[in-house]
Amino acid sequence: MNSELRNHIIRLLESGTRLDGRKLTDYRQPIKIEYGVSNTAEGSAKVQIGDTEVIAGVKVEISTPFPDTPEEGGLMVNTELLPLSSPDFESGPPGIEAIELARVVDRAIRESKAVDFKGLCIEKGEKAWFIMIDVISLNSSGNLLDAASLAAIAAVKDMRFPALNDEGKIEYKEKTDKKLGMKAWPLSVTVSKIGSSFIVDPDLDEEKVIDARLTVGSLDDGTLCSMQKGGNSPLAEQDILQMIDIAVEKAKELRKML
Amino acid sequence: MTEIKVKDKDIVVPGEVLAVGMDNLPGQGTYREGDNIVAGRLGLVQLDGRAIKLIPMSGRYIPKKNDTIICKVTDVSMNGWRVDTNSPYSAMLPVREATSEFIARGADLTQYYSMGDYIVAKIYNVTSQKLVDISMKGPGLRKLRGGRMVEVASNKVPRIIGKQGSMVSMIKDMTGCNIIVGQNGIAWIQGDPEKEFLAIKTIRKIEQESHLSGLTERIKSFLEQNGCTQTQRVNNNEL
Amino acid sequence: MSYKERKNKRGFDETRPMEAKVGVIKRADGSAYFKIGNTWAYAAVYGPRNLHPKFLQDPSTGILRCHYNMMPFSGSGERVRPGGSRRSKEISMVTEKALLPVLSLEEFPNTVVDVFIEFPQTEAGSRCAGITAAAMALADAGLAMKDMIAAVSVGRVDDKLVVDLDYSEEAYEGGPVADIPVAVMPSSGKITLLQMDGLVKKEMLKDLLAKAKAACAKIYEVQKRALKEKYTRVDEE
Repeated sequence: MNSELRNHIIRLLESGTRLDGRKLTDYRQPIKIEYGVSNTAEGSAKVQIGDTEVIAGVKVEISTPFPDTPEEGGLMVNTELLPLSSPDFESGPPGIEAIELARVVDRAIRESKAVDFKGLCIEKGEKAWFIMIDVISLNSSGNLLDAASLAAIAAVKDMRFPALNDEGKIEYKEKTDKKLGMKAWPLSVTVSKIGSSFIVDPDLDEEKVIDARLTVGSLDDGTLCSMQKGGNSPLAEQDILQMIDIAVEKAKELRKML
Repeated sequence: MTEIKVKDKDIVVPGEVLAVGMDNLPGQGTYREGDNIVAGRLGLVQLDGRAIKLIPMSGRYIPKKNDTIICKVTDVSMNGWRVDTNSPYSAMLPVREATSEFIARGADLTQYYSMGDYIVAKIYNVTSQKLVDISMKGPGLRKLRGGRMVEVASNKVPRIIGKQGSMVSMIKDMTGCNIIVGQNGIAWIQGDPEKEFLAIKTIRKIEQESHLSGLTERIKSFLEQNGCTQTQRVNNNEL
Repeated sequence: MSYKERKNKRGFDETRPMEAKVGVIKRADGSAYFKIGNTWAYAAVYGPRNLHPKFLQDPSTGILRCHYNMMPFSGSGERVRPGGSRRSKEISMVTEKALLPVLSLEEFPNTVVDVFIEFPQTEAGSRCAGITAAAMALADAGLAMKDMIAAVSVGRVDDKLVVDLDYSEEAYEGGPVADIPVAVMPSSGKITLLQMDGLVKKEMLKDLLAKAKAACAKIYEVQKRALKEKYTRVDEE
């Protein structure tokens, strides 16, 4: 369906450039992180990468720990691909695209072990903090995966626990200074393969013709914490190793912006 | 005595009173409410004799008879091709309007145009219910090969094309790109990668500054600043 | 007892601080945000566009669909669970009715104009902020509109008549409270949204509607400025 576009993009990539004049491993500009954009959230951030814009907000709740982890609190990432943000999104329950997005962002944070889940426990088996991160698309112009990952982490960084009243209930209007202690800042970067070229931060046209993609979550020291392969084509081992190198490198650049 | 409350080229919003009194006439995009002429949309004021008109600044393309448009083939059926017109309405290209060649009954139509192909076509009929028929019979109407498509604001297309095609000719001459601008807000550009990119930037600039005066001069100097000079084009694909 | 002073020394006829911007969502055909106090509404318009499924189509006109939704973290208390509630469905419907009178979609048979309204944060007056933002987005989308729509809530807090109630006023416990969201066509003064919760006398209502119109005239000025600003703004390279 997009074979002309695909050929055109491949020709450009082979000469080292892209539809908008970028180099293969350049992100679109500007990349902006704005903290504290929603004062009803316990933490929030708006992230812009080129024309793509997402907003992430954290709410906390106190709830009963899960029976298999009575000494731990919890964390959950949800994403909404709003029909406000793209003519391609429809109202209704989240589709598979939104679910994958949420789970990929969730896994990078959870599996990084950066969050001290035991520290979220208030009373063993009875009460613990649960952190809910909602990532919402405002303008969907490509690479929501990386934008969502960056926004989720930025919102966590912005988060402050609310106060508890005498009955142990949350006073949402009263924030404390207490942050969510993070041992590392896991970030995901998605590297896409088109033809024989690897690119980061695809725009909408490029996303239409991607053969395969690999989303790699990594920590400050380069340790990998999550991966997700997407797209319909297979990847050779050599491809994967090369994509990981690009992803870790780019994650370091993005982390500096936090 | 009529009092005109706006100047030529002012941007006005819905509900704004443009003139008070009965001497002026409500033109396109405006309406009369008692003594007042009122803006019936967001637009650019054009004082045209006694008439006050509003030129749209935005809005989706709606198919009109005799428009030349660039569309994408989305389906192939027994009787022809269904195309996306970058508007709320799709259009039909019937077999008999597809080519001057004879097409036998039951022939494989995808050998002419297949799914995903972009074509330059002319609208020859629009019904009141917006059933749209297009034709490929006419000068310059053809399938597009290579190059790339960009979406432009359809109401800015006249400015991008310019008087008698002067603006688009200048961009073509100075960038060396082939360019076709469909009235439906799809433009096709083909040339060197950097020049294609520059041509797109130029079109974006026209879209953004179309309501300001001295546009042609500004576009010319923008292209010159980006290293373009008036050159001979290899191909000429005037629309 | 009497209600004496509003937060931040706000006058009883005064709205909270307002801010508006048009063209904030690139992929939409029209878009805007509107902030009033701590309430922040985004609106995006898509259309007229093809309407599916086909049985929803009207061959005599395009139809308008509004979707009001709160982002999960936009409430002052617990997380708002995603997915429509009875409240959001009703507000979507009254928003549609508030906007429809200024539109004429007959030129676009069988199509739909979708308006999506979303809130990153709210503190009272969200449906009015949503309608105000949506009207700007519709104008930005280039649709024929015979007027704008501006909306604000008015009401009483104990013995005082007030414009643009904040959360503390909606929740005031020292006396009777009424909250009346109103949408107005600024040029003609006609009313396209009217709801009320609370207790008022008919005489009070008359005064309140006059106050709503006066406040909407100010909101209209904010809308106007934001719309013109978008189309005169030239981004420098």
